[in-house]
Amino acid sequence: MSNLLHILPPTAFVLLLGAITTLVVSLCGNALGLIIGTTVCLMRISLHRTARVVAATYISFFRGVPLLVQLLIVYYFLPMIGLDLPPFFAAVIGLGLCSAAYQAENLRGGFLIIPKGQAEAARAFAYTPAQTRRYILIPQALRAAAPALINEMILILKASSLVSVVGVADLTRESQNIVARDLNPIKWYLIAALIYLVINFILARLGATLERRLNVGYGAATL
Amino acid sequence: MTFSLSLLGQYAPQLLKGFELTVIVWLAGSLFAVVLGFALGCALLSKHSGLTFPVRCYVEFFRGTPLLVQLFVAYYGGPSIGITLSAFTVGVVGLGLYGAAYFAEIFRAGFASVPAGQIDAARSFGIPVWSRIRRIILPQMLVLSVPPGITLLIILLKDTAILSIVTVPELTFQVTGMTIETFAFVEPFAVLAALYWALTELVSFLGRRTEYRLGRYLK
Repeated sequence: MSNLLHILPPTAFVLLLGAITTLVVSLCGNALGLIIGTTVCLMRISLHRTARVVAATYISFFRGVPLLVQLLIVYYFLPMIGLDLPPFFAAVIGLGLCSAAYQAENLRGGFLIIPKGQAEAARAFAYTPAQTRRYILIPQALRAAAPALINEMILILKASSLVSVVGVADLTRESQNIVARDLNPIKWYLIAALIYLVINFILARLGATLERRLNVGYGAATL
Repeated sequence: MTFSLSLLGQYAPQLLKGFELTVIVWLAGSLFAVVLGFALGCALLSKHSGLTFPVRCYVEFFRGTPLLVQLFVAYYGGPSIGITLSAFTVGVVGLGLYGAAYFAEIFRAGFASVPAGQIDAARSFGIPVWSRIRRIILPQMLVLSVPPGITLLIILLKDTAILSIVTVPELTFQVTGMTIETFAFVEPFAVLAALYWALTELVSFLGRRTEYRLGRYLK
C-alpha cells in the first residue's frame, strides 16, 4: 500500500496541474467568448431588425440561465449531435457561449461612446462598412470596454470551477480528488481557494497594466 | 428526438418542489446577504483600521474565490471542525456569506457617493446625527444601491444552481436526478433553462420598475 502511495504524483504537482487547467480553460473560454461576443454585439447594434432581435434573445438567454445549466446542456448535447469531444471542449464551449453574452454587452457599451461622426467621416473617406468596423470602430470599442472585459476574465476564472462538474480535471476537481484520498477537506479546499485568489490577483494586476498601456496617448481614463 | 410531455407531467411534483426550494433558498440567502452586507459596508467606512482590515480581508476572500469552493469548505470541511450543517443551511448561509461580500461593496459605494457637503450642511443646521443618517444619507444611498443590488440579486438567483452540487434538492438537483432516472435529456433541461430564464427575466423586470419608482424624484 505504501508503495502504491509513492507512485501517485505529489499533491503539489497535482494542484499545479489543476491550476494550469483552470487557467487554460478560462482563457480559452474567454477568447471564444470575445469572438462570439464581438459578433453578437455587432448584430445587436446592426441596422437589421432580425439580427438585433436574434442578438438580444441570445444575450437575454445566456445571461438569464445559470452557467451550470448551460455547461450541463452543452456537455450532454454535443454527443447527441455526434460530436464526441473530450469534456475540456464542452467546458470551453460552455464558458465561451455564456461569457459571449456578457462581453457583447460590455462591447456595446464601448461602441456607444464612439461619436457617430466618426463612422460618417469614414464613409466620406470611402471606407467600406467592413473597413470602418475593422479600423475605426472595433479598436476604440475594445479600448473603452477593456476594464469591463478584464473584469469578465476574472469572473470567468471563478466560474470555471463549475467545469469540474462536467469532468474537467481543473483546480476544483483536483482538490476534490486529493480530499478523497487525504480526508482533510478544510485544508485542501482552503488551499484551492487561495490559489484562485492568487490567480485573480495576478490577472487583476495584468489587467491594470494593460489598461494603462491601452490608454497611452488618450489622456486619463477615456470614459 | 421527440419531446415527451407525459414525462414532464410525471415529474411535475418533483420539479415544482425543486422550483419552490430554489426560490426559498434564494430569498433566504439574499436576505442574509443584504443584512450582513449592510453591516459590513458600514464597517468598511470606519476610520479604525482594526475594523476595516478584517472586513476588507473578508470581502476580498469571498469575492476572489469561487462560490463552489466556499461551499465545499463549509459542507465537507464543517463536520471535521465540529460544525455539521444540513445541505439547506449550508446553501442559505453559503449564498448569504458570498453575497454579503458583494453587497458590502455596493453599500459602501452608495455611502461614499453622498456628497460630504450635504452632511456638513446638515450638521451646521444642527440636525442631530440620527436624523442626518435616517433622513439625508440613507434615502440617497439606498436609491444608488438599488440598480447594482438588483443585478446582484439576479446573480445570486442563478448561483443557487451551484447548490445542487452540495446536494441541496433545488431545481437543478431535481432535474439532474430526473435525467439519471429516465435517461431523458431534452425535456428536463428545456424546462430547467426555461424556468430559470423566466425567473431571471421576471426579477429584472420587477427590478427595472423598482428602479424607476425610486429614481423618479431625481428626474
